[in-house]
Amino acid sequence: MDKYSVFSARLVEQTEYMASGHRACQGCAEVLALRLVLKALGRDTIVAMSTGCMEIISSPLPLTSWNIPWIHNAFENSSAVVSGCESGMKAMMRKGKLAPKKINFVAMGGDGATADIGMGPLSGALERGHDMIYVCYDNEAYMNTGIQRSSSTPYGASTTTSPAGKASIGQQTRKKNMPQIAVAHNVPYVATACPSFPFDLMEKVKRAAEIPGPAYLHILSVCPTGWRIPPDEAIRYGRLAVDTCMFPLYEVVDGKYRLTYRPNPVLPLKEYLSGQGRYRHLTEKDHEKIESMMKSDYEKIVKLSDEV
Amino acid sequence: MAKAMDEIKWQELEIGAVVTEPGNAAEYKTGSWRSERPVVQKEQCIKCGVCWLFCPDMCIIRAVEGHFTANLNYCKGCGICARECPVGCITMISEEG
Ligand SMILES: Cc1ncc(C[n+]2csc(CCOP(=O)(O)OP(=O)(O)O)c2C)c(N)n1
Ligand code: SF4
Ligand code: SF4
Ligand code: SF4
Ligand SMILES: [Mg+2]
Repeated sequence: MDKYSVFSARLVEQTEYMASGHRACQGCAEVLALRLVLKALGRDTIVAMSTGCMEIISSPLPLTSWNIPWIHNAFENSSAVVSGCESGMKAMMRKGKLAPKKINFVAMGGDGATADIGMGPLSGALERGHDMIYVCYDNEAYMNTGIQRSSSTPYGASTTTSPAGKASIGQQTRKKNMPQIAVAHNVPYVATACPSFPFDLMEKVKRAAEIPGPAYLHILSVCPTGWRIPPDEAIRYGRLAVDTCMFPLYEVVDGKYRLTYRPNPVLPLKEYLSGQGRYRHLTEKDHEKIESMMKSDYEKIVKLSDEV
Repeated sequence: MAKAMDEIKWQELEIGAVVTEPGNAAEYKTGSWRSERPVVQKEQCIKCGVCWLFCPDMCIIRAVEGHFTANLNYCKGCGICARECPVGCITMISEEG
């Protein structure tokens, strides 16, 4: 890798808020994302988490990987639970029943929990304006139950419920644009991130925590098991997603877009697609189609960022 | 040491199945999952901490001499540290020997 793109871990919080001994697969970049998010948030944090890989691997009763308060939720309601925590604890602070303190109220879920099943409660929480952060760990399918497609699975990816074959290219629909849906709620902070760019990720988490009101973070989380790649390549594929413009890193502060990283040079999309088992069946022509969809999405973000 | 789930009677569970001991999952040693182990060439290590930052199992520790090394109680052998080390001083070695 580029020698200087990541430097000095001394600048990073040393405390681990997730303990070793969790059951995530080898090379899981979703749990790496979670680890980095918690480092940026620090100890005064309460997390409500929807079911999914990160919940299952961290909480097999009677054990927990969490070193901070954490509440397990059903698939749909982590945003609602965190809304309640925030409103309840703030009321207790107002009434003098709890010492006033800055606490990070954080809801977390996978892409299935966020883009499909928990969308309603998330929309409600963003609209009500709670001082909270929602973190979506997007591994582009329902991984925990065996790689089923979600509305966040990209076009052309083969999953167990969108299998590629003679009659189908795999996922036939386009990836739902969750960050844009969050922006449409006029919340003060929305950002995309990827653990392959750890400093960018942690800065965004800190900004989300500082800004009063709701924040939405969408984190591309490479899943070696579901993407069918070797576990040691999890970081590399995250970097490729960003460097091919497939997953742009940007933030939206009070509606103003800013790309936080502009790939230079932009790598050919083929480098990202080929090598992943979920895209193995794609032809040259399919690559071209995906590239043209990707380009139009990316150009929209560039245009919005340049307007500032 | 937490009891195994099949040894716990329901009366012994906290209300809401609350776990009161933070981070007790560390009792579970994931090192047994491993088929390959990272070996660091100490002399070449520039102590940048990249391996530490990218390890999904929080199992890279700083040795007294300042270089980085894996805690084999937890290392699952994913190979990310070896892949990402900027000087290439980590090699994955088969546990089979
Ligand atoms: C209402 C409901 N439907 C289905 C399930 C089963 N289920 C548990 S986790 C999961 C997959 C979660 O996918 P995602 O949110 O993307 O998280 P990931 O596991 O990929 O991190 C499913 C389908 C459930 N627990 N509740
Ligand atoms: S299935 Fe994917 S996201 Fe889930 S624990 Fe394994 S690698 Fe991580
Ligand atoms: S092989 Fe994987 S689990 Fe083991 S120390 Fe390296 S990054 Fe961590
Ligand atoms: S990444 Fe390599 S050079 Fe950097 S601390 Fe780890 S072993 Fe040493
Ligand atoms: Mg998922």
